[in-house]
Amino acid sequence: MAQPDNFGFGEDAALLKDSARKFFADNFTTDKLHRMVASDHNPERKTACAWDQTLWQQMVDLGWTSLAVPESVGGLGMPVVAVAGLVEEVGRAAFPCSLLSTLNVTYVLAACGSGGEVALAEIAEGFTASLAITNRQASWSAADTDIKSVQGRLNGTAWFVQDARKVDRLLVSAQTSAGLALYWVATDATGVTIVPDAIVDLTRDQAHVRFDNVPALELTASGLAALQQAMPAIWTLLAADITGAAEWQLQTTVAYVGTRQQFDHPLGYFQAVKHPLVDVMILIDQCKSLVYNAACAIDTEPSRAAEFAHMAKASASETAAFASGRSVQYHGGIGFTWECYVHLYFKRQKHSQLLWGDAAWHRAQLANILIGAVA
Amino acid sequence: MSESARQDTPEQAEFRHYCREWLKNNKPGEPPVRLPLSPLEIMTREQLGYLQAWQKSAYDAGLVGCDYPLAVGGRGRSDCQRVANEEMIGARTPFLPNVIGLGMAAPTVFYHGQAALKERLLPRLFSGEDIWCQGFSEPGAGSDLASVQTFAERKGDKWVINGHKVWTSLAHFAEWMILLLRTDRSHKYDGLSYFVVPIRSALGKGVTVRPLIKITGETGFNEVIFEDLEVDDSYRLDEVGKGWQVAMTTLLHERGAGELKTPHAGGMRSKTAFVPSTANLVQLARDTLRNGRPAADDPLLRDRIMQLIIREAGLGQNQRRARVSALQDHPSRLLLQNKLLSSEIHQDVAAVALEVEGANASLYLGDDNAPAGGQWPMAYMNSYGMTIAAGTSEVQRNILGERVLGLAKSK
Repeated sequence: MAQPDNFGFGEDAALLKDSARKFFADNFTTDKLHRMVASDHNPERKTACAWDQTLWQQMVDLGWTSLAVPESVGGLGMPVVAVAGLVEEVGRAAFPCSLLSTLNVTYVLAACGSGGEVALAEIAEGFTASLAITNRQASWSAADTDIKSVQGRLNGTAWFVQDARKVDRLLVSAQTSAGLALYWVATDATGVTIVPDAIVDLTRDQAHVRFDNVPALELTASGLAALQQAMPAIWTLLAADITGAAEWQLQTTVAYVGTRQQFDHPLGYFQAVKHPLVDVMILIDQCKSLVYNAACAIDTEPSRAAEFAHMAKASASETAAFASGRSVQYHGGIGFTWECYVHLYFKRQKHSQLLWGDAAWHRAQLANILIGAVA
Repeated sequence: MSESARQDTPEQAEFRHYCREWLKNNKPGEPPVRLPLSPLEIMTREQLGYLQAWQKSAYDAGLVGCDYPLAVGGRGRSDCQRVANEEMIGARTPFLPNVIGLGMAAPTVFYHGQAALKERLLPRLFSGEDIWCQGFSEPGAGSDLASVQTFAERKGDKWVINGHKVWTSLAHFAEWMILLLRTDRSHKYDGLSYFVVPIRSALGKGVTVRPLIKITGETGFNEVIFEDLEVDDSYRLDEVGKGWQVAMTTLLHERGAGELKTPHAGGMRSKTAFVPSTANLVQLARDTLRNGRPAADDPLLRDRIMQLIIREAGLGQNQRRARVSALQDHPSRLLLQNKLLSSEIHQDVAAVALEVEGANASLYLGDDNAPAGGQWPMAYMNSYGMTIAAGTSEVQRNILGERVLGLAKSK
């Protein structure tokens, strides 16, 4: 099936993106973000879980957490391109919340067949969730997990669980005697221990989660297939978040080099600064175009979704790294301090760059698709 | 039905149907000569003749210049050139040879020429009967275009032109040239004026066209020398001293960011034509052995090839996104990247191909053992033409930084 020329990005999607942008512009300045998450600069701090739950509740009330839930189970059933537009705006605001995690879980649940419907209905009601599917080595292969399931009871630890302290539910992958199965667990269930990681990024919380003989609802026994079906959306949405954050980095840095004067000129006058900033813009545009292409493929051309999503996340990881480096460098001395806001996005982007696979990993997967695996 | 067809106005829909039917019956067959890859590489009269005949038939059918008014040889249509382009490219026709005429001279003459001049020049430009070339760059005025020194001195209602233009593609075939020159030496920008000049009829009488040899060894572009060439004042575009503003119209359209959509056709290739694409690079990596294994198995090489494929896909998707206003941050932000990105991607694809070939990349066109007939080293050398011509990559980055990001203008 061919993709529509306009990515399927229709009026509803444009309206959602615009209203999200306005929502954050009106309610959540970078200044507010800094006051909220950057009160403790101690490098050995334990990560606090500071977030604006009042504003978050408004987002839930707007229906944003159930955007991707199919209409048949009470959600809004919006296409991935529309969701990507919203996530781009969340990234631009660097708003700490579990929206992305919940959307990720939604796409996995939607790939679980009828077994996922009960959980999807909970998401539609406003419950939030995160994926607990990554092992200690942070292998991004969907087949790898450190958790075992015996007779419906989970044992082991899931690593790099995003927003663990903000969510109500966990979607857990575990090895069974028959392969990989997926489970639905409440974060406050007996035997679940959330151990916060002390992380660099101030805009997120991350944890490893121990499961000690936890009884869990099995969503599907074909866990690998469900994860593989959902991964393109997960890569694409994180790439969308990166795109929005990178645009903030670009615009903020452009504004700074337009005012800061040295050698009788604004910094942006010098080509040593101007040209790399243009290259930041070029990378952002590449990334953004590839994000909407991948999102549209998930909606309308699933046979190429993985290929295009690998492109999008590879591009996004490069964009995150380059835009972050330039944003700090071109703010000069002030950019190296805690008081300058660029560090918030710098850290968020480094986190995003590596999460769900870095650029080299995605390019290696892409090569396996386009050239074929090495025998 | 494609998405663009679904969004057609009634006029566009009817026109699209017409184009499709016409192309079904009138698309030229396999060319009798090897086609060059682009109009700027037309080498022989035979190639030009075949391509001119195609442009004339497409013009007569109303597929070229159709958005221009009837009075200047157009068809008075509204946003239909885009439709004709899509259909011609979809049908894989030959390209249109009068590329500088259509892309740069036509909109410039249209916006800045007097009525009588437009009515005289544009029909033969659209039909391809008159090939056009561009006289902008000079030995001392490349990236700093406004420092051109070619001078026109007023003599009554005539102007006498002296000077030296370089990198003039198609000048050896051209009837007409768009010419940026100086009419006042005391003002850099406001001392410039803009003319259209009949050069073919003046060969040996004030105009000399000499081929320049490229680093590949091929010919293709020229230097043009003016010695006391007299031209009529009616050939001036816009006012004396407004040459820079007129040149901006030319450059805007050259970069694909102008108001009038440039007629484009293409897609037909000679069976023997070589395309330095990422697809061919992947094939080359599969076919080339390294230490007894295909180069395509080498993880570093795979990574580099994927980087190129991603950049290429990104450029393609930029062009798609440029038509979706809700997904744009600035009206010309994507369009102004096209030339820079396509030329740099081309260059890097060819560079990686040479590394895949290894020492075999030393073998050139005349060597029977050269992989792909020696075309990859040729493509690599030629790629520098694209990153230098029509505004170097450095100038392109200045333009993007200043016009799109709003950074202070660099000297």
